Amino acid sequence: MSLELVCPAGTLPALRAAVDHGADAVYIGFRGATNARNFPGLNFGEAEAATGIAYAHERGTRVFVALNIYPSPATWPIATETIDRAARLGADALILADPGLMRYAADHHPALRLHLSVQGSATNWRALELYRREFGIQRAVLPRVLSVTQVARLVGRTAVEIEVFGFGSLCVMVEGRCALSSYATGHSPNSQGVCSPAHAVRWEETPAGRQSRLNGILIDRYAPGEAAGYPTLCKGRFRVNDAVFHALEEPTSLNALDVLPALAASGVRAIKVEGRQRSPAYVGEVTRLLRRAIDLCAAARAETPADSTAGWTPPADLLAALDALAEGRTHTLGAYHRPWQ
Amino acid sequence: MAVTHAKSTDARALKLAVGPILYLWDRSATLAFYAGLCDAPVDIVYLGEVVCSKRRVMQKEDWPAVARALELAGKQVVFSTLALTEAESELATMGRIIEQAPGLFEANDMAAVGYANGRAFVAGPHLNVYNAATLAFLAARGARRWVAPVELPLATLATLAASRPEGLEIEVFAYGRLPLAFSARCFTARAHNRPKDECGFICGDYPDGITLYSREDQPFLTLNGIQTQSAAVQAATHIDALRAAGVDILRLSPQSQGFDAVIAAYRAAIDTNAAIATLPEPVLPGGYCDGYLRGVAGIDHAG
Repeated sequence: MSLELVCPAGTLPALRAAVDHGADAVYIGFRGATNARNFPGLNFGEAEAATGIAYAHERGTRVFVALNIYPSPATWPIATETIDRAARLGADALILADPGLMRYAADHHPALRLHLSVQGSATNWRALELYRREFGIQRAVLPRVLSVTQVARLVGRTAVEIEVFGFGSLCVMVEGRCALSSYATGHSPNSQGVCSPAHAVRWEETPAGRQSRLNGILIDRYAPGEAAGYPTLCKGRFRVNDAVFHALEEPTSLNALDVLPALAASGVRAIKVEGRQRSPAYVGEVTRLLRRAIDLCAAARAETPADSTAGWTPPADLLAALDALAEGRTHTLGAYHRPWQ
Repeated sequence: MAVTHAKSTDARALKLAVGPILYLWDRSATLAFYAGLCDAPVDIVYLGEVVCSKRRVMQKEDWPAVARALELAGKQVVFSTLALTEAESELATMGRIIEQAPGLFEANDMAAVGYANGRAFVAGPHLNVYNAATLAFLAARGARRWVAPVELPLATLATLAASRPEGLEIEVFAYGRLPLAFSARCFTARAHNRPKDECGFICGDYPDGITLYSREDQPFLTLNGIQTQSAAVQAATHIDALRAAGVDILRLSPQSQGFDAVIAAYRAAIDTNAAIATLPEPVLPGGYCDGYLRGVAGIDHAG
């Protein structure tokens, strides 16, 4: 079975771009604090979602609705209403992180497919099987913490379909288990669907260079001429003992193309692209490149079925084109590659 | 047996718990710490490793012996389990700890909830519980106590406490460097330019983690292996507000220096029905923080 390509859409034009460039599925969120890309100007109202779902379905592309915050008692009614709306609009699956919401969805919309969000932090088969038994989840997105070998072992131990990240910004922490942003700013992925939110960012020009702050905390300082990136707090430069460096992670993107054959051979079902905050042009281009990579990889695997993992390396022009789109214009295999850890 | 605090007749008297040691202390320091706790005025002690499965300085018989000594001293003992579980060997260890735990165990991953299989457990701070439906799910699976996620505002906790499942106790992370994040990457090894697989247990050199500073020397975070903590120490001192919110237990997270004085400060506040606990001067460079409880940035400190 070929890998499925799951692409992000923060807006209707981005959804069209993903569909037109070969996504098997797109994932969207509704406006408001119910999903992990709760940025101004992003996400779908009900009418737009209906239009987008119709556009995708007419072209054989599925639409997943992400509702991957952990609602508090105050936001619970909005969250359950979002689930009802997704069901009403004919979404192909709900991407949820919160067990309480999974219970609600399983009880009220038993026919609606449930996917466990990466924010659900399930990194082992026992956790996945608990979610499957309790709520009937059919797919899970794995946090970016497992090596390729660990992914393969996990796939072999669970009946839940596995989706992994293939390209996009790199979370260095276990998704759903990171409160760094709320520690610094009061807003977190789990509670508000944001990380290092723009309203807390301040840029300063100083004699020492350009500086970025997050709620007053100095995240990085750039020498004249040095490229400055968005101050995601885990990608800043800090002092540890006597050294100033990217103590947690460099500004870089995840790119799993090098391990695509191994992921396919291990039984991974889908490759996910991060980036609902990205432009339609970006989404279209990344979708086109990933589509090509997945198809080339599948063709190579079909030619040498006995040797399921070797025999294919991503073409250099494809990697170069993806690097040009990547944060920091560079990429990493992240945790897929053990030495990164 | 040397429980020095007066048994309160108030059924709502807060209990004090000592959380699991989050750092790699050597065996003798660990044993000495727990020997000391036998005589300390605390009610509950959490044992075991939550952060890194490679840390194994305690020998096989050590934990049961420590548990027996604490129980003889009148403490309730809870075995905590790993938060980030990836390898099959880690799952097997988790299963064995849960099976052998004489009483409660603390689940910090859904795998541990799966292992509970009807047994009573503590839903640890690393399970994401933000609403009544998730709390009810865990209670139905056997949770008898819930340690709230560190970022949960006290007002939200109060709402959940008001409709809590019958018999469920609520615990908050009241004191210590806040456990904020987990990663596949070991940041302590990275800071020493060592691969994770050849870490040499360098985290053992930092009994309170490594403080990470901003480039203008603000203590910001703490590196503790694959865990990132706050540099500031959470100091939930408004005992009256905690009690009013429905909190039953205050968790004090171990630090290598001055911990006895912290326990004493909380004990005194509870026993004298003080509204606010008066803590000793901070011994770690980040000072105190309490923003999370007020629903603002965790690093904030109002006192």
